Amino acid sequence: MPETVDAILVKHSRRPENLIPILQDVQKELGYISPESVKDISRYLRISENQIFGVSSFYAQFRFTRPGRHSLRVCLGTACHVRGGATVLDTLENVLGVKCGDTTPDARFDLERVACLGCCALSPVVQIDKRIYSRVAVNKLSELLKFYE
Amino acid sequence: MNNLTKRIESAKQKWEVFQKNEEPIIYIGAASCGRAAGAVQLLAQTNRWLKENELTAKVVQVGCIGPCYLEPLVDVQMPGQPRVSYNNVTTKTLPVILGSHVGESVPYTKGAIGHFGKEPFNGIPRFFELPMLKPQVRIVLRNCGLIDPEQIDQYLAVDGYQGFMNALQTSPDDVIGVVRRAGLRGRGGAGFPTYKKWTVCRNAPGNQKYLICNADEGDPGAFMNRSLIESDPHALLEGMLIAGYAIGASHGIVYIRAEYPLAIERLNEAMQQMKDYGLLGEHILDSAFSFDIKVKEGAGAFVCGEETALIGSIEGKRGMPKSRPPFPAISGLFGCPTIINNVETLGTLPNILRNGPDWYNRFGKEGNRGTKTFSLVGKVRRQGLIEVQLGTSLREIIYDIGGGLQKPFKAIQTGGPSGGCLSEEFLDLTVDYESLTAAGSIMGSGGLIVMDEDTCVVDLAKYFLDFTQKESCGKCTPCRVGTRHMVEILTKITHGEGSAEDLLALRTLGDTIKKGALCGLGQTAPNPVLTTLRYFRNEYLEHIKEQRCRAVVCKDLIEYRVIKEKCTGCQSCVKVCPTGAITGPRSEPHNVDKTKCIKCRSCYVTCRFEAIAGDAIVIGSVEKRS
Ligand SMILES: Cc1cc2nc3c(=O)[nH]c(=O)nc-3n(C[C@H](O)[C@H](O)[C@H](O)COP(=O)(O)O)c2cc1C
Ligand code: FES
Repeated sequence: MPETVDAILVKHSRRPENLIPILQDVQKELGYISPESVKDISRYLRISENQIFGVSSFYAQFRFTRPGRHSLRVCLGTACHVRGGATVLDTLENVLGVKCGDTTPDARFDLERVACLGCCALSPVVQIDKRIYSRVAVNKLSELLKFYE
Repeated sequence: MNNLTKRIESAKQKWEVFQKNEEPIIYIGAASCGRAAGAVQLLAQTNRWLKENELTAKVVQVGCIGPCYLEPLVDVQMPGQPRVSYNNVTTKTLPVILGSHVGESVPYTKGAIGHFGKEPFNGIPRFFELPMLKPQVRIVLRNCGLIDPEQIDQYLAVDGYQGFMNALQTSPDDVIGVVRRAGLRGRGGAGFPTYKKWTVCRNAPGNQKYLICNADEGDPGAFMNRSLIESDPHALLEGMLIAGYAIGASHGIVYIRAEYPLAIERLNEAMQQMKDYGLLGEHILDSAFSFDIKVKEGAGAFVCGEETALIGSIEGKRGMPKSRPPFPAISGLFGCPTIINNVETLGTLPNILRNGPDWYNRFGKEGNRGTKTFSLVGKVRRQGLIEVQLGTSLREIIYDIGGGLQKPFKAIQTGGPSGGCLSEEFLDLTVDYESLTAAGSIMGSGGLIVMDEDTCVVDLAKYFLDFTQKESCGKCTPCRVGTRHMVEILTKITHGEGSAEDLLALRTLGDTIKKGALCGLGQTAPNPVLTTLRYFRNEYLEHIKEQRCRAVVCKDLIEYRVIKEKCTGCQSCVKVCPTGAITGPRSEPHNVDKTKCIKCRSCYVTCRFEAIAGDAIVIGSVEKRS
């Protein structure tokens, strides 16, 4: 989809400090940073692809593979850790049969961890797409996933 | 200025009419925490309910008032009556509450937690007299949950932007003087006197200066800044105007974590309103002061909370800290003098400029003036966002405000991954910058995590070190290599394979990293380990000598067992076991296959809360054959 990347680029001036906002917009649009988009950004900002990879790989936010249909993020902040966040992640890894950071073979879920969603008082917390589920119970996870196909 | 004066007048009138409320008002706490607890669904249900019952009411989404454990909160205010707050509302209780209070004008006292009136009302306690609220002093959080964060008029009606207007009437040096006399120290962690860095920046040569608001809130397990921005965005923005004016900056940037979409949305809306009211842009309120603000989203790196790394990130680079000097106040963003202040520091300024430094000096104690917000979470009964005077004791915070714990207290972590883990003997410690540092911890940005006997401190130390090791930018060796070593040793100990020498190695590594690391991340990273080693040494020794984790957290040292005599064979646990480790026919005691068990707690939770037996499954230390 080269048109969408172009449309994003023209919204930003050709200054190197716009690299991160451009990458963020591309990821919002495509769901990930595709190899083609890196080429387009490189040409536009006149910085090397290597430099772009250097910057983007530094930040946890950016991904380089096509995402699954739903993002499933388990909070592993301290409050969630103390209230069983790690167990939630272990269980999800088992139920879905993938490791944290991977996409399920049927592309249904991306299983990821997140440092804190700011809902610490309602921990443990899981985010599926845009919705945050609070006080999740390990024995209810499978039921929760049923809402997402 | 005239234009704004008129607007304030009309805002105040509007507010009065709103307060008199000729029609019912329904407030829904819809900050991120409220939403996570179900506020969005309740909002839709409320609107449906009103329609079905052919009733009208103003439905207002407010921010977070603090006691997150009561979320979702729905408040009802009938004409001429005080606002009444209902807690832990569900889709089942909502129609009951609305039916009674809005439908029949009879408060549903059974579900009410507090009211906001001055006089007694139907035997419901006053909200701000509740045990969690009463000991608090709300300065930064004064508007949170009370005004509509999306309406600048409501902010103006409660004397918003008054502090900034006062500032504009005096010189920037006078403003710095006021902040100096107020004794304000940076709330981002280190507690550096705000006026000092401002003075350096103000006097630095250069006509382009920047003010950056640090809203990266990297401490995982803390949400003070998110809550303030979502609930009262104009308080932060007014603070930025004041700071920008004082240091002579013309550009402001809010650097905010991408995990806070609602806060970002609220900021953008609020800034648009400021522009409409002439509070942002060229010649603000017809003065010589021009200032604009941009929002930059962070990209998920803890180290970017550090000043020089944050600047690097805004410049479009990898967020790597630089050695200082030069300090950002002299040479920061794009080489220009730059001040970085935390959200809470900035959010405090309007109050200081509105009420004066002497007023602010009434709060806190010598050297630690004013209040501090904390996110009080973990195993306390009443979790949420609180604000107390500096100098309040941990005991008051945990027991009076937090309502204590269900199980015995074990530890409290202050300052997040950079902070320390304090034991019971520190409960009477007063919360101020110096006392916390002396105890081996730090104030940090305001995360307070309370733990009971179900938390393993060795596992906690490993958790923090694992976090900082992953977030280490890799530039300096002590931090990059040292933290990795510490994680390896801690992992060994939690597996029951540690030795006594490991404890010494942890100490030595910790001290070395603290001395040798380039930036604050490394310099503070060992704190969780060093404090737990000091205050909870026995627990480390139990892991090493007895292969025992008393909190039954470390997975290699525990196993799940079914107590045959107690199991009724109800099969509830069989259904939830994700690996098929539990088997057994109905009505006969079940069995756990230890080779298949992943120790996920599903069966344990199910048996405790949803099965007939209640306590047939136990988690215990691995039984050794001796
Ligand atoms: C690793 C690291 C992370 C930090 N994270 C934050 C943060 O999330 N928010 C913050 O305000 N300050 C953070 N700080 C402190 C800032 O570098 C800086 O001191 C602060 O924003 C200054 O503002 P103040 O003077 O208003 O406190 C961090 C420091 C370090 C070393
Ligand atoms: S620790 Fe999980 S939401 Fe903050």
